[in-house]
Amino acid sequence: MSDTASLQKTALHGVHQKLGARLVEFGGWHMPVQYTGIVDEHKAVRESAGVFDISHMGEFYISGTGAHAFLNGLLTNDAGKLAVGQGQYTLMLNDNAGVIDDLILYRLRDVEFLLVVNAAKIAEDRAWIQQRLPAGVTFEDRSAATGALALQGPRSLQIARALLGAGWPMPEHNQITAYSWNCQPVFAARTGYTGEDGVEFFFPAEIAEAFFAALLEAGKPLGLKPTGLGARDTLRLEACLPLNGNDLSPKRTPLEAGLGAFVSLTKAEDFPGKDVLLKQKAGGVNEKLVAFRLTQGGPPPRAHYALFLGETRVGEVTSGAPSPTLGCGIGLAYVEIEFAEPGTKLELEVRGARVPVEVVKKPFYKRAK
Amino acid sequence: MSNIPAELRYAASHEWIKVEGSTGTVGISDHAQSELSDVVYVELPKVGAKVTAGSVVATIESVKAASDIYSPASGEITEVNAELTKKPELVNQDPYGAAWLFKIALCAPDELQKLQDAAAYKAAIGE
Repeated sequence: MSDTASLQKTALHGVHQKLGARLVEFGGWHMPVQYTGIVDEHKAVRESAGVFDISHMGEFYISGTGAHAFLNGLLTNDAGKLAVGQGQYTLMLNDNAGVIDDLILYRLRDVEFLLVVNAAKIAEDRAWIQQRLPAGVTFEDRSAATGALALQGPRSLQIARALLGAGWPMPEHNQITAYSWNCQPVFAARTGYTGEDGVEFFFPAEIAEAFFAALLEAGKPLGLKPTGLGARDTLRLEACLPLNGNDLSPKRTPLEAGLGAFVSLTKAEDFPGKDVLLKQKAGGVNEKLVAFRLTQGGPPPRAHYALFLGETRVGEVTSGAPSPTLGCGIGLAYVEIEFAEPGTKLELEVRGARVPVEVVKKPFYKRAK
Repeated sequence: MSNIPAELRYAASHEWIKVEGSTGTVGISDHAQSELSDVVYVELPKVGAKVTAGSVVATIESVKAASDIYSPASGEITEVNAELTKKPELVNQDPYGAAWLFKIALCAPDELQKLQDAAAYKAAIGE
């Protein structure tokens, strides 16, 4: 066990310990990896609902009349498409079009935006944004003062309604609404990282314990469970949602990662990496992030395992796990473009042995609508 | 509190060994299976392999990660528990019984004195 004293803790740290969670280091934070077990929690989210403490994630507020243009020159997606109350997945790139971070951008008001960023990237993202901040645009990092919970699973909306009451303005897909709970402001966004329907709540850190307890109570009759980062990882992997630091990195572009849908190369503003992406789009990518699964059983894939075709190394795994839903090992890997087509048969090298795998269409899991 | 049978000896790396005559039976402790949780795959040594105490001889994979298993004794692998290939979850369900990993013909039985008894192991894992 590493020394946990130096790790950052969310406002719910003590509650997780009381609930019997196993806590581990994640991106500099001491976070629950599981409560009852990863597979058990994974199934709860697929079948009823789970709630994740995501208070470690960062919340930045960017406002001012120039905010919209500034964000369009900072991030890949087109913020101009966002109506007030809408959110979008977007990426922040370096000058080589490598990924600094992937994030959700919400338009709270005409000239006010909320960015939700990865926990391990808060300091780096903040520095990158502040260096570029023009006059007339205000930046505020409210990460430390903000608590956040992700309620995920088919019964999420029913649970949120039970907690917040008939007056709660339920957000549509990718929307965010503001409401009040016990006289405290609570944002609810219809977003998530599991492949299920769900709501992500953002609220003052002071009410984290009370809000978490009330949510668990409201969800109890509907099978809601506290769920940890272990299940969050297998859930997001089945849904083929990338994890920054694994599937995304400063050396990989969003086009290589298959995230072209979240990159606007036609908007007026230039953003870091745009010129590189224009060239890459014209010339095509050499490697691509693909989904693959084991076809005949065997050990689960893990990050950094190699993929082979005969004696030729053709790719490297960036994420892998046994899939509780599919019942076999699954993974994401960057492979040379000629081997990226679904149906391509490759071999995974595990501890010197070869295991047959097949490239498959993304995602592994898609919920019934 | 995990189960720590008094008649076994334990390695610091959480394997147990039961000695009968010149043969040792090896598995992982209840504490270890609980820490791993949700075991999904077990890779066993080859029968006939000659191993030294402290060398990596097997791999147990949970949802989260692959963990090395070390032989607590030196000798030759005489039998492996092939049932675990089909039912890796036995490691979680019955770590001291149905989920034994392998049997080893001991070539240096004296070295077992270096392993912990149940009381020492209990203290080592902070219980």
